[in-house]
Amino acid sequence: MSQPLNFVPVAEFRERARSVVANPDLQKSLRGAMDFLQAKRSAQFPDDAEFQRLRDLGEAIRQYSLSRLPELLEVLEAKLTENGIQVHWAETPEQANTIFIDIAQRHNARSVIKGKSMVSEEVELNHALQEAGIDALESDMGEYIVQLADEKPSHIIMPAIHKTKVEIAELFAERIPGVDYTDSVDELIQIGRKVLREKFAAADIGVSGVNFMVAETGTLCLVENEGNGRMSTTVPRVHVAITGIEKVVEKLAHVPPLLSLLTRSATGQAVTTYVNMISSPRKVDEADGPDAVHLILLDNGRTQAYADEQLRSTLQCIRCGACMNHCPVYTRIGGHAYGTTYPGPIGKIISPHLLGLDSTYGLATASTLCGACAEVCPVRIPIPDLLIRLRTEAYSNPATASEAVRGAGSAYSSVAMALWHAWAATYRYPALYRLFTWCASRFRFLTPGKQGGWTVNHRAMQPARRRFRDQLKDRA
Amino acid sequence: MTASTATQDVYFFCTCLVDLFVPEAGLDAVTLLEKSGVRVHFPEEQTCCGQPAYTSGQPDEARAVARQQLGLFPKPWPIILPSGSCAGMMRHHYPTLFAGTPDLARAESVASRVWELSEFLVDVLGVRLTDYGVPTRVALHTSCSARRETNALRTTRALLGQLDQVTLEIQDHESECCGFGGMFSVRHPEISGGIVRDKVAAIRACGAETLITGDCGCMLNITGHAAKTGTAITGKHLASFLLERALGLEALTKKGGAK
Ligand code: SF4
Repeated sequence: MSQPLNFVPVAEFRERARSVVANPDLQKSLRGAMDFLQAKRSAQFPDDAEFQRLRDLGEAIRQYSLSRLPELLEVLEAKLTENGIQVHWAETPEQANTIFIDIAQRHNARSVIKGKSMVSEEVELNHALQEAGIDALESDMGEYIVQLADEKPSHIIMPAIHKTKVEIAELFAERIPGVDYTDSVDELIQIGRKVLREKFAAADIGVSGVNFMVAETGTLCLVENEGNGRMSTTVPRVHVAITGIEKVVEKLAHVPPLLSLLTRSATGQAVTTYVNMISSPRKVDEADGPDAVHLILLDNGRTQAYADEQLRSTLQCIRCGACMNHCPVYTRIGGHAYGTTYPGPIGKIISPHLLGLDSTYGLATASTLCGACAEVCPVRIPIPDLLIRLRTEAYSNPATASEAVRGAGSAYSSVAMALWHAWAATYRYPALYRLFTWCASRFRFLTPGKQGGWTVNHRAMQPARRRFRDQLKDRA
Repeated sequence: MTASTATQDVYFFCTCLVDLFVPEAGLDAVTLLEKSGVRVHFPEEQTCCGQPAYTSGQPDEARAVARQQLGLFPKPWPIILPSGSCAGMMRHHYPTLFAGTPDLARAESVASRVWELSEFLVDVLGVRLTDYGVPTRVALHTSCSARRETNALRTTRALLGQLDQVTLEIQDHESECCGFGGMFSVRHPEISGGIVRDKVAAIRACGAETLITGDCGCMLNITGHAAKTGTAITGKHLASFLLERALGLEALTKKGGAK
């Protein structure tokens, strides 16, 4: 695996974005994929009023859960422990990996099979396992493809959405021993299934993510379509779930509305093929299930978001991916360009907490603030407002920057600040504004032909011969 | 052109972009309002709504400039803007921008009186337009702020719908952003360029002769990119288009060009 992605230089983000935008094939496949996902979602919400009511409920449940987060986590831990599930707390990705490797060593595990888990991507678990000499195999088809190609997921729901059928066909033929080239989708799926089935039986540990944790009952809910999640959590003798601390809700009754919003927003399904509810290891009289179940709860900057009233809404996210499916920027640059585990609008608002604003502020500025994300977000996260807030934090003076976000003030430049001061000084005094615009229009022939980033894509802007206010006077 | 209400006074906030770059849009908006029986007042001390600084993460600078506008509308009249994006800024973001400051009450008063031009024409004045133009096909681009922070999508379509010689062509991905985003287009040209490229292609492909929009930012983005790449797209502010159709006076709007 490549080096950990905990640093995203702004300049490289630009370069990655540029190369995707300039690639017509990628543009076509991204657009096609996003159009497909958008259409699937919108077919699930034919009645906007119903959608608004449901997302009111979803938003309320998530806000309520977060308002009681510390308390619910305590209840959850107590209940899980009572049920026989061992709970571990990790503040950082390193801690999460250490905990995991420790569990693996205690169980003498040499191989691990993984269901889909974005948090395991966030901590780069595969990388850590490899270094510890433990074999990890992804069992979600998309994750499997990405792993085979030695890449990262480019989408939180569809990890391999950047790959075409032909690319996958070539990949399978090249990397899976004894497989001949075929571009029949059915055959490709069968090939993948066969490889994975064999591994399930042999794996010592199954890893999964978690979609919702229910405090009151001590239940881990896991949503999936391929059945690999169920296999990963039942076949190996040990199951380790890993997720973020924000995923907790109070009651079981809070799950169905969120579940409905999640599957309809994510893949346009009324319900997924599998909804797993895990409440304990195998009991004495039960035929199957793991002997031990562990849950690793990761903070990794989430408490920073939690501490700020406005930024807390970031944690409402149920990771449906609808925001990226509807984002004009994601549609142009794809998931890898972001350089972060979570791409798209949700990635722009969560990554500063995980990685620091110093390495991620370039993502916060890379938005038109069009609001397509907030319009579809099933839990009503005000993404554009959060982006403006993160920009404000990034550009604030480091000497006086708030402590709400690590890396605040890192985008500050005294030159840019001087320009904004000059702008404000001109535009707050009508006489100065009039003088400035009068000059701009009178000396319009002096307007530079190169206007920074603007003239990369546009003909230069030129002020009008006479301003609106002058022409208005003329006609009076 | 007929309107249902008696003479009414309104303020006109032209926006800095119209003042300096697209003055004809402002003039046509004023003419439209006057022909609809409204007395238009233009407070001379106006500059900019503050949006460029606000969206760039400079709230102090935005507030300093926005505060200057708060004192310009002492009478309880409606404030009309020929821009959905600036209208959205004043209507939705002023209360946030001035929260916890002594100016909040004034900001809220301004916010509650702000109308995007087409909203005011349709929802308040109830104008009825008669089309005097020759048959034509147009595309409409509604800015994201206009679409999500005002009712301009509905009201703009309603106005175009009154023109019986005008066919509205719906371009591919009509609701998608044009990639402008103010400073975004300057700061991230590599991404902005990809979005506007697709928007220009979609408008070209839909068979429209003219691109209509209520936001000069989007218009300059789309037509500026078209001009740079040698694509022929004529952009018109909604006000200019309505005026030339409803009055049959195309020549009138050709003066005082910008761009
Ligand atoms: S931010 Fe909203 S739309 Fe995006 S992944 Fe999270 S819940 Fe889904």
